Amino acid sequence: MRLQYPTNVRIIEVPCTGKVDIIHLLLAFEQGADGVIVVGCMEGDCHYMAGNLYAKNRVQRVKEILDRVGLGGERVGMYNLSSGMGGKFAEVVREMTDKIMELGPSPIRIAKGTAVRAAGEVAA
Amino acid sequence: MIKAIPKPMEEIIDNVKDFNKLLIAGCDGCVTVCEAGGLKEAKVLASALRLYFTQGGRQAQVDETSLTRQCEKEYLAQLSDRIDQYDAVVSLACGCGIQYLAEMYDKKIVFPGVDTCFLGVNEERGLYSERCQACGRCILAETGGICPIARCSKRMLNGPCGGSEGGKCEVSKETPCGWELIYERLKTLGQLHRFETPTVPKDWTTSRDGGPRKIVREDLRI
Repeated sequence: MRLQYPTNVRIIEVPCTGKVDIIHLLLAFEQGADGVIVVGCMEGDCHYMAGNLYAKNRVQRVKEILDRVGLGGERVGMYNLSSGMGGKFAEVVREMTDKIMELGPSPIRIAKGTAVRAAGEVAA
Repeated sequence: MIKAIPKPMEEIIDNVKDFNKLLIAGCDGCVTVCEAGGLKEAKVLASALRLYFTQGGRQAQVDETSLTRQCEKEYLAQLSDRIDQYDAVVSLACGCGIQYLAEMYDKKIVFPGVDTCFLGVNEERGLYSERCQACGRCILAETGGICPIARCSKRMLNGPCGGSEGGKCEVSKETPCGWELIYERLKTLGQLHRFETPTVPKDWTTSRDGGPRKIVREDLRI
């Protein structure tokens, strides 16, 4: 399909989104990710019955945690796509990347000195 | 088992925000089963606190561990060689574990990371309900295996009361009437005659009315 999506995205493959735990998402932020999305199968289509539903709950929990620790829950998201939805995948990645670009670098990277605030941005 | 729920993150942050070296101590016992304070939850809390400190420009050390049981000295002793390097500890054990840890390391500041709720069962994952109030004198033999102390909102010994309607308690329509449950169970067991004799007043001295309780089992002690 030769679809284009941003190159600053790192894909980590898992057998099922049910494998993705809260700690995996938090560690991604600790290690400097500006945003993370979990892309699972369509709801009702999980081969392991409820893996994507567990992931949905965990992503929601991570949103709450990020809100409370000052990173902002909008840096994490969950999408449900089937393996036949390559076009939509590229769209979702573009959408999330644009959102993160708008939000700016993660406060963790700014604090660690691996990123700087955009011009005019004021420290929280 | 003992059931607990994680404390709100804001409350924990408020307690620990002025410390630089923290240990999050989970417990592999009851709180692991109800997913409130096991190693997994300790890792998540430690990571969340590291994010909190880092984004605020603070260089804080937050480590996590989990002990087999925090209600036993032998397991708590496993912290003896490393606890001194921390300014404070957040214990994710039940109230017993938190207190025993604080008692054993009496110069260490210990914060609770969970709210301990009750003695209950796992109805399903994420759904826990109370079954026992540890009154110290079990009467389940007389009540068809359903405890009126834990399951009746009024702890009545001769129920149901006038507030029972359609099998539900007047305290909440979500709560089944404990005495309705007892009646149905005794009917199934063919033991409805138990209702013919009123239950005599219960001896509450084995419950909290006698102050903090202690069990001394001479047969087990040496």
